Amino acid sequence: MFESLSQRLGGVFDRLTKQGALTEADVQTALREVRTALLEADVSLPVARDFIKAVGRKAAGQAVTRSVTPGQQVVKIVHDELIRVLGGDDDAGALKIDNPPAPILMVGLQGSGKTTTTAKLARRLKEREGKRVLMASLDTSRPAAMEQLAILGQQIGVDTLPIMKGEDPVAIARRARTQAAMGGYDVYLLDTAGRLHIDQDLIAQAAAVRDAVNPRETLLVVDGLTGQDAVNVATEFDDKIGVTGVVLTRMDGDGRGGAALSMRAITGKPIRFVGLGEKTDALEGFDPARIAGRILGMGDIVALVEKAQEVFEAEQAERMMRRFQKGLFNMNDLKMQLEQMMKMGGVEGLMGMLPGVGKMKTQMAEAGLDDSMLRRQVALINSMTRQERANPALLQASRKRRIAAGAGLEVQELNRLLKQHRQMADVMKKMGRQTKGGAMRAAVQQMMGKGGMPDPAQMDPAALQAAANALKSGGGLPGLGGAALPQGLSGLLRKK
Amino acid sequence: MSFFGKLRDRLLRSSSRLDEGIGAIVDEAAPDPGAAQSRRLVDDAMLEELEDLLIASDMGVETAARVTANIAEGCLGRRLSGREVKEALATEIARIMAGVARPLPLYPQKPQVVLVVGVNGSGKTTTIGKLASQFRAAGKTVVIAACDTFRAAAVEQLQVWGTRAGVPVLTAAEGTDPASLAYDALARAQREGADLLMIDTAGRLQNRADLMEELAKIVRVLRKIDPTAPHNTLLVLDATTGQNALAQVEIFRKVADVSGLVMTKLDGTARGGVLVALADRFGLPIHAIGVGEQIDDLAPFDPDDFARALVGLEN
Ligand SMILES: Nc1nc2c(ncn2[C@@H]2O[C@H](COP(=O)(O)OP(=O)(O)OP(=O)(O)O)[C@@H](O)[C@H]2O)c(=O)[nH]1
Ligand SMILES: Nc1nc2c(ncn2[C@@H]2O[C@H](COP(=O)(O)OP(=O)(O)O)[C@@H](O)[C@H]2O)c(=O)[nH]1
Ligand SMILES: [Mg+2]
Ligand SMILES: [Mg+2]
Repeated sequence: MFESLSQRLGGVFDRLTKQGALTEADVQTALREVRTALLEADVSLPVARDFIKAVGRKAAGQAVTRSVTPGQQVVKIVHDELIRVLGGDDDAGALKIDNPPAPILMVGLQGSGKTTTTAKLARRLKEREGKRVLMASLDTSRPAAMEQLAILGQQIGVDTLPIMKGEDPVAIARRARTQAAMGGYDVYLLDTAGRLHIDQDLIAQAAAVRDAVNPRETLLVVDGLTGQDAVNVATEFDDKIGVTGVVLTRMDGDGRGGAALSMRAITGKPIRFVGLGEKTDALEGFDPARIAGRILGMGDIVALVEKAQEVFEAEQAERMMRRFQKGLFNMNDLKMQLEQMMKMGGVEGLMGMLPGVGKMKTQMAEAGLDDSMLRRQVALINSMTRQERANPALLQASRKRRIAAGAGLEVQELNRLLKQHRQMADVMKKMGRQTKGGAMRAAVQQMMGKGGMPDPAQMDPAALQAAANALKSGGGLPGLGGAALPQGLSGLLRKK
Repeated sequence: MSFFGKLRDRLLRSSSRLDEGIGAIVDEAAPDPGAAQSRRLVDDAMLEELEDLLIASDMGVETAARVTANIAEGCLGRRLSGREVKEALATEIARIMAGVARPLPLYPQKPQVVLVVGVNGSGKTTTIGKLASQFRAAGKTVVIAACDTFRAAAVEQLQVWGTRAGVPVLTAAEGTDPASLAYDALARAQREGADLLMIDTAGRLQNRADLMEELAKIVRVLRKIDPTAPHNTLLVLDATTGQNALAQVEIFRKVADVSGLVMTKLDGTARGGVLVALADRFGLPIHAIGVGEQIDDLAPFDPDDFARALVGLEN
């Protein structure tokens, strides 16, 4: 029914293919969509407005990460900010229930889930923290409300204050306090009747209960499906009664949960728990990341950005594969391989994963085979012009001097790189002719880091031995997943 | 004050957010010197602000845009006072709602079976109590079946309502299959020649396939006795609910053939703007609104009252 934010932004940014920093215009376009997404997720308008302003300030001028589109970048910024607001800067810590008997007051609108949540919380305190808990129903208005709590108490094995008809809520609260103190309870939970935030009499009554027992925590129980009215509910309950935390119920529904943001932004109080069902065990701590993803209409934004990256890399791999099949291999390809190697942990990281390779380390170091070499080679490629990278044959003496100087290195080192490139290009040409698409694809995939490093523990000992031998003879690293580590890297490991 | 006057009063107990918002929009423009009232030119910027206000009443992005576009048609380029803006809005909203304002239809069928469904805590049980009381007052014989066999003390709650309305409540032990109680209740209502059978059900979220199947089963079982039953399936919606109400209507309608809507809790600050979106999209009849917890706090749905309450126009 609703488009997720990424879908919306996808549409907007289809036109924008350029990458780099987010321009002011990009941000504005994106923020309009973000705003709509928030409103569709039931975030209250004033909250959505403030939120957009904050995101706008953060997004302007931010560099767009390579391999993510501007749209995804904005989604990420929005997502991070959502998590920040939802979670708050300071850790909410545990419920304040030291100093027994500690009163907890439950308040909220009619039908928001107070009674159920009271029982859920009692059960949690009893089972997880070993607390002795007493529950009391102060709901003198809803038919059978007290019976409802009493039945739930029986179900979960938590005591409830005996029902005495005709008592008013303040009197019940006092009796609960006395009973809790005399009975040696750690915590007593006061369930109240649902009330409208604009019902002055009932709000005054709740305030009177508050004054009678001085609750250590006053939890506002809010239906997670609440719409724009959340802003009124939060404001009034917090102003008139004072809440210390929020519980969002019915989050097992398919609502987008924008009320979470409204509640958090308006009260500034932590969202303590989330109700995920009708049963008394369906209460969980609040996870800002989950709710953020939900408000944005996407399961998990981080996964999305990662997926986007994967897609990007798959495309790159695909393109590279086509090049290799044609026997093409220029400096850009070499650079990508070098960078990939660094990503995978560098020479040492790669070697360290292979048992039995340890003793060769010194040899390799003598041969100048270490991560600094990778970095130097990348620096050399970086100081080439675009034409030079695409066509290394262009490199004559003067160009070579310029490139080496640009990288702060000797021409000799550049020559080594060029020789290495030629050798690798030769291998590519051969491979391009010999291998079928599948094998080549696997090789390229591996090169892109797909599937990560093969686990040495899972590797065939014979293959390991072969790898070690290959290294010794300077023939490359075929053992890394068979054909997996690109043959091309062999040149890299050749001795001087 | 008349009975309906009192209910209308409930609907208007708090100032509407739209009311305040429209005031702010109009005052934003510098008032004409000498003019008694501030006025604001209806232009793109003004319409955009108006659209926001409609969204803030839960109308949803899409419907708000449509309503705003319709307002633009007649008003673009004119300078309107706050009152004129509200009147224009109220007229447009009442126009959309006029088609769906229909009282709960009564059929000659005996017993007429009224199934009441909805998500948790929306006000189903209370609404049944209120409706039963109104039917009784109209001289009908009513039987209630307490088919919420799941929630703690749901039966006891309904029994209290039965007593208040002077209507018998048929019950079964907690955990009983609600469909089997519904079946027994219909058989008995038939035997006793009751005019109406009202069936209360447990609250269920529409994304819970198992619970929706339980509901479908209640319908199937009723139809074994009377293929035309249930004659009305009321979906009870809570006015504080946001855009999820659209999903509620869509799924409940699919599973249980919802024939009409009741919106409760309109006595709060939520003005049920989502009803406009619902009327726009589904066109299901809206039978009644709940404006309080007492037995006579149920009013017929009146499109003009609703529209005026939504935009904050007193009568
Ligand atoms: N202010 C107000 N409260 C209402 C209205 N209708 C119902 N309520 C209250 O909302 C709460 C839930 O109402 P119920 O009738 O128990 O709702 P339900 O849908 O049967 O709930 P479950 O069976 O628990 O799913 C009760 O506290 C009612 O008093 C209304 O129109 N206005
Ligand atoms: N699905 C679901 N239902 C809930 C949740 N919390 C409460 N409910 C249901 O919502 C309805 C009203 O709950 P109740 O605790 O009686 O609300 P109260 O009127 O605020 O005390 C009941 O049907 C509960 O079973 C939740 O987290 N998920
Ligand atoms: Mg309760
Ligand atoms: Mg009920």
